[in-house]
Amino acid sequence: MLGTMAAPLPVDAVANTVQARARAISPAGPGAVRFERLDKTYHSAAGAVRALEEIDLEIPTGRIYGIIGRSGAGKSSLLRTINRLEEPTSGRVIVDGQDIGRFDENALVQLRRRIGMIFQHFNLLSAKTVRENVALPLVVAGLPRRRIDQRVDEVLALVGLEGKHDVYPSRLSGGQKQRVGIARALVHKPEILLCDEATSALDPETTLSILRLLRDINRSLGLTIILITHEMSVIREVCENVLVLEQGRIAEEGPVWQVFGDPKHDATRALLRPLSRDLPEDLAARLAPRPVAGGETIIELHYTGAQGGDPDLARLAATLGTSLRLLHGTIDRIQGHAQGTLLVAARGISEQDLDALKGHVGSARVVGYVASDV
Amino acid sequence: MSPAMYNRLWAAFLDTVQMVGASALIALLVGIPIAVFLVVSSPGGFYEAPRLNRAVAAVVNGFRATPFIVLLVALLPFTRFLTGTTIGVWAAIVPLSISATPFFARIAEVSLREVDKGLIEAAQAMGCRKWHIVRHVLLPEALPGIVGGFTITVVTMIGASAMAGAVGAGGLGDMAIRYGYQRFDTAVMVAVIIVLVAMVTIVQFAGDYTVRRLRDR
Ligand SMILES: Nc1ncnc2c1ncn2[C@@H]1O[C@H](COP(=O)(O)OP(=O)(O)OP(=O)(O)O)[C@@H](O)[C@H]1O
Ligand SMILES: [Mg+2]
Repeated sequence: MLGTMAAPLPVDAVANTVQARARAISPAGPGAVRFERLDKTYHSAAGAVRALEEIDLEIPTGRIYGIIGRSGAGKSSLLRTINRLEEPTSGRVIVDGQDIGRFDENALVQLRRRIGMIFQHFNLLSAKTVRENVALPLVVAGLPRRRIDQRVDEVLALVGLEGKHDVYPSRLSGGQKQRVGIARALVHKPEILLCDEATSALDPETTLSILRLLRDINRSLGLTIILITHEMSVIREVCENVLVLEQGRIAEEGPVWQVFGDPKHDATRALLRPLSRDLPEDLAARLAPRPVAGGETIIELHYTGAQGGDPDLARLAATLGTSLRLLHGTIDRIQGHAQGTLLVAARGISEQDLDALKGHVGSARVVGYVASDV
Repeated sequence: MSPAMYNRLWAAFLDTVQMVGASALIALLVGIPIAVFLVVSSPGGFYEAPRLNRAVAAVVNGFRATPFIVLLVALLPFTRFLTGTTIGVWAAIVPLSISATPFFARIAEVSLREVDKGLIEAAQAMGCRKWHIVRHVLLPEALPGIVGGFTITVVTMIGASAMAGAVGAGGLGDMAIRYGYQRFDTAVMVAVIIVLVAMVTIVQFAGDYTVRRLRDR
């Protein structure tokens, strides 16, 4: 069985190409993906769904590239054409300068060994231990046992899972499972890592730790990471470029600071809106970015519940040396801890003054300024 | 019961174990490939072959729909062709395995079908070939269900083997009928029932235990 397969690349050879790759920064170089007039139509009993329409796009190598868009916009469809889990209806996908649509079964298997993928629900094999899960891509590639063990130890150390080698995935937390997923995706030293909502099933803190890991991997290994997410914070946290899809078409694309700072398309604005959900509309409409003479400062106070006790506005006012007016907000008591966000107005307060609130609130920031009383 | 009867009971027990064991082994070896084929060749599977899939499914259903006692009689010529006789343990193994294979194949198919599509995708994405997916994903992930299904199959076969006894296959069923029914020897009848119940209980317990061990990881 194994004898019929093309000889796998030795691990060292793969390592060398990774380094060679890091030096060559050409857009068509290793890890670069290009879509040319890509179309994808699904045919099902309910009729035809055009999931992707005339996508022309180049994803640069070595970056972390984000894809956002409403549910059903075609994000997964697009991502999955890169390793041909999904076949385009028309158009081409070019990986490292090669049209992958022409690949036969062998070439496709080789391509997939250069592209790692992680999933929202981790997709780990429950009947295999962590070590066996991570080793599987190498086992099916026919590498010798000793090399596999060595490489598996390496990647498990890289993702911070030493000592979990012989545990079954059901015994791991979500974050640990995703680390196994990442280790498995990296075990072949891929040029590209595809992430389809890889943090959607994780709590915010774990999300942050996984994102940090992805960023470290991107920097140290120089691989291209393409990730889909519904969390705008994920994009802001790690991505350099972002693509906004809307009904199968490209709404906009560019560096994150540009797209987020000045969204051009309604779809982008709609996606970003929930971020400012704590600001009532009437207030948001009157907000100025700079202090206004005789006006008030709008401050957002965030309570995490770790501060203990209830929000003591009189104490805050005394600390700041001014009076505070409560404008808007919610405090929830969860198992005895007061948590939530409050919006208050105060006269003559600047960002620096808020340092004095440390210890009283989780965080405080100036949202903006208004001219007269609100 | 006389010592001679105990010896007969022991021999009948061994016959039944032999019949059920051999047919179960055949059902396992033939049923699993059939189940795997039915799953991967169905629409949306990774080895789509709709016509062949329907053909195999039809044959499996045909055998499943035929009551064992009818199959037993209908297969007599075939059994004679294969084993040269229609009585005895080896003759019983033919209808038993032919009846158990489709039964088990369908149960195994259900377990295989329940394997998360995401796992198959993950395997494809990491460069697994079709054979690798069967070997490393489908079978291991479906194993608890397959073991459970195999347990049910064996228990059903213990019952069916007693029926085969009625047409001269030997074994516990044969003994119950010959002594318990035809000679009104209630003690033998009761002894046979106890042995059968014990067999079923042990098989069921071993199966359940294995399934629990497999699931608990
Ligand atoms: N296998 C399929 N068969 C039929 N239609 C499909 C299939 N997969 C996706 N679609 C349709 O194609 C469109 C795009 O789906 P896709 O999964 O790419 O969206 P998405 O942006 O990833 O959405 P989400 O954010 O909900 O994951 C949707 O309208 C969806 O219903
Ligand atoms: Mg999706």
